[in-house]
Amino acid sequence: MPKRTDLKSVLVIGSGPIVIGQAAEFDYSGTQALRVLKEEGLRVILVNSNPATIMTDPEFADATYVEPITPEVVEKIIAKERPDALLPTLGGQTALNTAIALDKNGVLEKYNVELIGANIAAIELGEDREKFKGVVERCGAESARSHIIHTIDEALTAAADLGYPMVVRPSFTMGGLGSGLAYDENDLRRIVGQGLQYSPTSEVLLEESILGWKEYELEMMRDKNDNVVVVCSIENFDPVGVHTGDSITVAPALTLTDREYQRLRDISIAVIREVGVDTGGCNIQFAVEPDTGRVVVIEMNPRVSRSSALASKATGFAIAKIATKLSLGYTLDEIPNDITQKTPASFEPTLDYVVVKVPRFAFEKFPAADPTLTTTMKSVGEAMAMGRNFTEALQKALRSLEQKGSQLDFSHVPEWEVPELIEKSKRPTTDRLHQVQRALLGGATVEQLFEASKIDPWYLDQLQLLNEISLEIRQAAALTPDMLQRAKRHGFSDEQIGALTHNSEDVVRGVRQALGIRPVYKTVDTCAAEFAAYTPYHYSSYDEEDEVALHAKPSIIILGSGPNRIGQGIEFDYSCVHASMALRKAGYETVMVNCNPETVSTDYDVSTRLYFEPLTLEDVLEVIAAEERTGGVMGVFVQLGGQTPLKLAQQLADAGVPILGTSPEAIDLAEHRGAFSQVLDRAGLISPKNGTAVSFEDAKKIADEIGYPVLVRPSYVLGGRGMEIVYDEPNLSRYIANATEITTEHPVLIDRFLEDAVEIDVDALYDGTEMYLGGIMEHIEEAGIHSGDSACVLPPITLGNNVLDRVRTATLAIAEGVGVRGLINIQFALASDVLYVLEANPRASRTVPFVSKATGVQMAKAAALIGTGVTINQLRTAYKMLPETGDGSTLPLDAPVSVKEAVLPFSRFRTPEGKVVDSLLGPEMRSTGEVMGIDKHFDTAFAKSQAAANNALPTEGKIFVSVANRDKRSVIMGVKRLSDLGFEIVSTGGTADVLRRNGIQATPVRKVAEGSSAEGEGTIADLIIAGEIDMVFNTPSGGEARSDGYELRAAATSIGIPCITTVAEFNAAVQAIEALRTYEWSVTSLQEHAAALFASQNAASQNA
Amino acid sequence: MESNDVTESKVTEQAVTANATAPAQAATAAVLVLEDGRIFRGTGYGATGTALGEAVFATGMTGYQETITDPSYARQLVVQTAPHIGNTGVNRDDAESRRIWVAGYIVRDAARRPSNWRSERSLDDELIEQGIVGIQGVDTRAITRHLREHKTMRAGIFSGDAARAADKELVDAVLASAPMEGARLAEEVSVDKAYIVEPRDFGWDGEPRFSIAAIDLGIKRMTPIRFAQRGVRVHVLPATATLADITALNPDGVFMSNGPGDPATADTQVKLLRSVLDAKIPYFGICFGNQILGRALGFGTYKLRYGHRGINQPVLDRRTGKVEITSQNHGFAVDAPLDGATRAPEERFGRVEVSHVSLNDDVVEGLSCLDIPAFSVQYHPEAAAGPHDAAYLFDRFIELMADASSKTETDTKTATESKTEDTK
Repeated sequence: MPKRTDLKSVLVIGSGPIVIGQAAEFDYSGTQALRVLKEEGLRVILVNSNPATIMTDPEFADATYVEPITPEVVEKIIAKERPDALLPTLGGQTALNTAIALDKNGVLEKYNVELIGANIAAIELGEDREKFKGVVERCGAESARSHIIHTIDEALTAAADLGYPMVVRPSFTMGGLGSGLAYDENDLRRIVGQGLQYSPTSEVLLEESILGWKEYELEMMRDKNDNVVVVCSIENFDPVGVHTGDSITVAPALTLTDREYQRLRDISIAVIREVGVDTGGCNIQFAVEPDTGRVVVIEMNPRVSRSSALASKATGFAIAKIATKLSLGYTLDEIPNDITQKTPASFEPTLDYVVVKVPRFAFEKFPAADPTLTTTMKSVGEAMAMGRNFTEALQKALRSLEQKGSQLDFSHVPEWEVPELIEKSKRPTTDRLHQVQRALLGGATVEQLFEASKIDPWYLDQLQLLNEISLEIRQAAALTPDMLQRAKRHGFSDEQIGALTHNSEDVVRGVRQALGIRPVYKTVDTCAAEFAAYTPYHYSSYDEEDEVALHAKPSIIILGSGPNRIGQGIEFDYSCVHASMALRKAGYETVMVNCNPETVSTDYDVSTRLYFEPLTLEDVLEVIAAEERTGGVMGVFVQLGGQTPLKLAQQLADAGVPILGTSPEAIDLAEHRGAFSQVLDRAGLISPKNGTAVSFEDAKKIADEIGYPVLVRPSYVLGGRGMEIVYDEPNLSRYIANATEITTEHPVLIDRFLEDAVEIDVDALYDGTEMYLGGIMEHIEEAGIHSGDSACVLPPITLGNNVLDRVRTATLAIAEGVGVRGLINIQFALASDVLYVLEANPRASRTVPFVSKATGVQMAKAAALIGTGVTINQLRTAYKMLPETGDGSTLPLDAPVSVKEAVLPFSRFRTPEGKVVDSLLGPEMRSTGEVMGIDKHFDTAFAKSQAAANNALPTEGKIFVSVANRDKRSVIMGVKRLSDLGFEIVSTGGTADVLRRNGIQATPVRKVAEGSSAEGEGTIADLIIAGEIDMVFNTPSGGEARSDGYELRAAATSIGIPCITTVAEFNAAVQAIEALRTYEWSVTSLQEHAAALFASQNAASQNA
Repeated sequence: MESNDVTESKVTEQAVTANATAPAQAATAAVLVLEDGRIFRGTGYGATGTALGEAVFATGMTGYQETITDPSYARQLVVQTAPHIGNTGVNRDDAESRRIWVAGYIVRDAARRPSNWRSERSLDDELIEQGIVGIQGVDTRAITRHLREHKTMRAGIFSGDAARAADKELVDAVLASAPMEGARLAEEVSVDKAYIVEPRDFGWDGEPRFSIAAIDLGIKRMTPIRFAQRGVRVHVLPATATLADITALNPDGVFMSNGPGDPATADTQVKLLRSVLDAKIPYFGICFGNQILGRALGFGTYKLRYGHRGINQPVLDRRTGKVEITSQNHGFAVDAPLDGATRAPEERFGRVEVSHVSLNDDVVEGLSCLDIPAFSVQYHPEAAAGPHDAAYLFDRFIELMADASSKTETDTKTATESKTEDTK
């Protein structure tokens, strides 16, 4: 029973799309919150524009609004739903900022909505840097010396006081956006200039440099009775200067004495009280000067954060869940600790293991970006690992990254390289850990590297310990028990040991297992074994005692998708979670294996048992063995977690592990080019002409044969990694030369590139006899732009029934031909009315959550049951999981239209010169997340999707148009329409001429290449930066306009106005703009959409 | 940081650790033997030899130096559940007494190299110098779980030559050692000469507000410091102090500290406390001092299954309804009724209530007398190691002394007046 009985309904704001700095962790915390609110009997209203989240599953709320998270839209929802309260602390900075805006503009007061879990005064004290400095001072602690500035001139005055280098931080931005270090006046002008733009309050903080200090963070909880607990201390391996999201972090703090730790704790408690965080969680960051112990408070977040998700996973203390209960009026001592059951939540977790989190970066996707790590977060995901010591946890975490070169390299370091490595380690980059470790291996001292990197000597010594063990392994006469035991105890993988002893991984594993050297599984219990744990949340360690309990039923193991990365994100976790939920409901015991702390799948009560483990063959095989010996394994799902588990399928099958759903042979059929084309041939389907090459000669021959342009890419990739459209031979040669990993096992695939084709994406289920076509998505951008970066619409808006029929027939033929059992995703291209099959993936795809939300059918749940032998017919009838008749390709005409739009991270990445990287879309995926706009018609749905992607289309103002020659004919109608609607059209050169001849009065402006005029008239880029332009429409042309195009796109990206780069998207935008000016924005919940859709379907089936 | 002005005085260095000899080499075999025959093999840590005592686990993630120098751990083999121990080395400020008291030390991963700006030497060196036998590389979590499930028990660490004996012999050696029940250890760890801790040495300006007599039953260095910081002069007296020793100082209050051993053996201190209470001198006790108050009031004490040893223990202050996170180290507890105020079995002391209770297991964590100026807690408000949430108790004692002195004045006055009336 809630302690407060006056609250009947509550609105929760989610965090929107996955972006750098605000990712899946808010789905994890939001989902926990919704579960609590439902359990407590409240009516729950949710707004979140991200369809790939578990929290937006209709069953988690009473009314789920997949709508843009803007104050205007949320006000509409409030007006419609009239909630008693608003809970804004679980949706990251987005939710908090929205709540502040709703308070400021009087909406909360107007509708009598109470903020719970936070109050505006506390948020402002915590987030406003100057006010927060006052708080810190009143708490008897120190802040770094600083100045708040609002103009460049003020910044220069401040610089005279603080000296360089200095830290620049814009106020009220998330993930440290716009922050940086200024080493000189040029830097200062540049970073402050951008920062003033990023900050919603045009406010920037300049601060004395505390670079190289030790960095710590404490996660706190407070209840209404002023009980405060520290949930977790987190220590950054990287000293101050690297954003904590980009740093390797360790829990608990390992290099503080109790006195120093208690000092941080005392300050944290004083601060949380002074700020007045009423109930809930917050985190506080500290810097400690290594030579003196001087403590400086860096900042606080008065809300649940990325770190609190990490802290929850690291300790087993469910911060978001408990924060939600506290917001309802409970106190910490009234809330039981789920894990121990007997003890209350009013305690501080104590760990008997070490947790290491490592970031995963995607710099390879942004070759122009400067890889230096700064106070602006750039990582796109993270992996966490636990071990019984730091070395074990670190090595497990590194191999959890699944990135080539992520594991430590113990090969010989030549002496000459050591000074270079030491020099390099002065600058924080993604490689610094490796540089430091290799410098030590090459003979450098801990002192030298501390001097260079300021990484605490204790950690450096741990790296040295690993180096020493690597030498012992190398020098060992054989794979002796002592050597293996010692190596495993410090986290060496079979693969690493194999490399050091010139054995294969299999041989090492065989010997190791024969010697009985196996990991045991310990339990995360919040209390270092002081009390019995009732939650089977396990991690492996090479220690003595195993804690996995016997289980009565054979388990179903679901392999997760590992760290989020571009191309494999939260969508795959969504499918894993759904599968686990459906299978548990069907009476199975499920086991989740994953290493991503941000996700819902690694919440300890999503599956029957959770193993927080890397997803390598070795680690997965050991988990399977542990499950085997404690009660047996029914099988393993590899089709839900994306490419990560899929690539283990064959090896697992070879090891005798039953694979549920689609078989490894079938997976191979779909993935192997040759075999797959036979499947297509048999079905009478065609794919673009293609070939496989292992050398330039091969590639040239194939390209000549099929004709340029060609699409080239490595095989077995996700997210279009390394994919490129090549227009001529010199570029083909360059591509092959740069592709490092070409082997006969990993050839380069070469396809004819279909220009101006419509791309179509399909997700379907197949049980061996019947197919359920989940949905057909029509891409808005033409083929050639990665499907993950392209907007798409469901149901398709321009495809005729005849095309849909062909798509359906082709999908069935492929599913049948490959032998799918469960989910399959197929990409088609329609060019000149010919349907080409681009590729088929016999697994859950990125679009499964979108299709599920758009059609109200839970595809991943159905797929999981098909994997256990349930038929589609049974799912339609007995399980009621699929509609009785019809499917996603037969939606009624009045079905709502859903648009998925990608969210791209360009504004995060800077070239070494400090400019943003180019925002042109291409065949390589670069988006981090997605949003969904759903409405009755395409135009408004598209408008919603753009607003949700933080690219709200303008309804008046100035639009800049500059298009490539080939596009000039196709844009006239659209530009004319905008002009007629009253927009001022601004243009340059040839485009302006064409527009004028078509009767569109375009205002000419100077090209970037022309530079400013003698009279001081700026170029288009200057106008954009000055905020004069409301939308940019620029299509790239190969040659002359390239640099101009880049400059103006960069300008648009850096100030955050919509920048459209394809004609197709422009046309959609014109429709949407017109709709925005014509119709009132209406909000409809998913539940309402689904009810209408099912009513319409039922009516249709009764009429039929 | 605070320096230690506590007078170092000679003590009877009862060798709790036997046969401490040469430093352990990295590869020295070591074995931990529990009295029920469970054996854990690891390598030596600290000194090489044999250590016998009661195996207990401590769950703090920080503060190992405070832990090993806490006299309450005398004759105990301490298992640290935190896997990395020794990372910050040892320094002169953080020791809680003049020496290491743990009888033996059990860790998983000992630091190879300490790193901290205050570190003066490695923990390993410190253990060797003080002859403390330890073991590393064992599954400390398995040991902890074993102790949790099978209760705290006697154990032995054997390293070097000692580890080579047959398992049976080692178990016999453990079984031959003295159990903690019935152990009288306070006198062993206490100073034998009184000393004074002055407020001015800990940042207090001006004259002391009060003075107290603190009976050292194994007192931690931080306890008198917490008083001194609040303007209280502390006369630390040996465990053998008498009422005469106390009254000679004319203190405003009497304090009894934490300490090792079985409270059932502390008859001397119980008797002493009763006379203090009879004299209506304000009393505050911590840990052992809480158990002694319990016994003085007539309650019994009992041994917990595996004790409370950590710095994350939630305690409810029943007076305010607030939770404090406390530092705890106790294997015994007071057996008093939890519900409301009751008459003390020693009726002359009036009513008493359980003021603080463990939220984990409802163990009595504090006693408060309603009719005499006395209270105590089972946990450690002085922290070191641990959180400072309970520091208010020192203030509470100061208030109690302030009330008592104003009351004494009023009483005296009233008494004088009534006398006057009588004479009329």
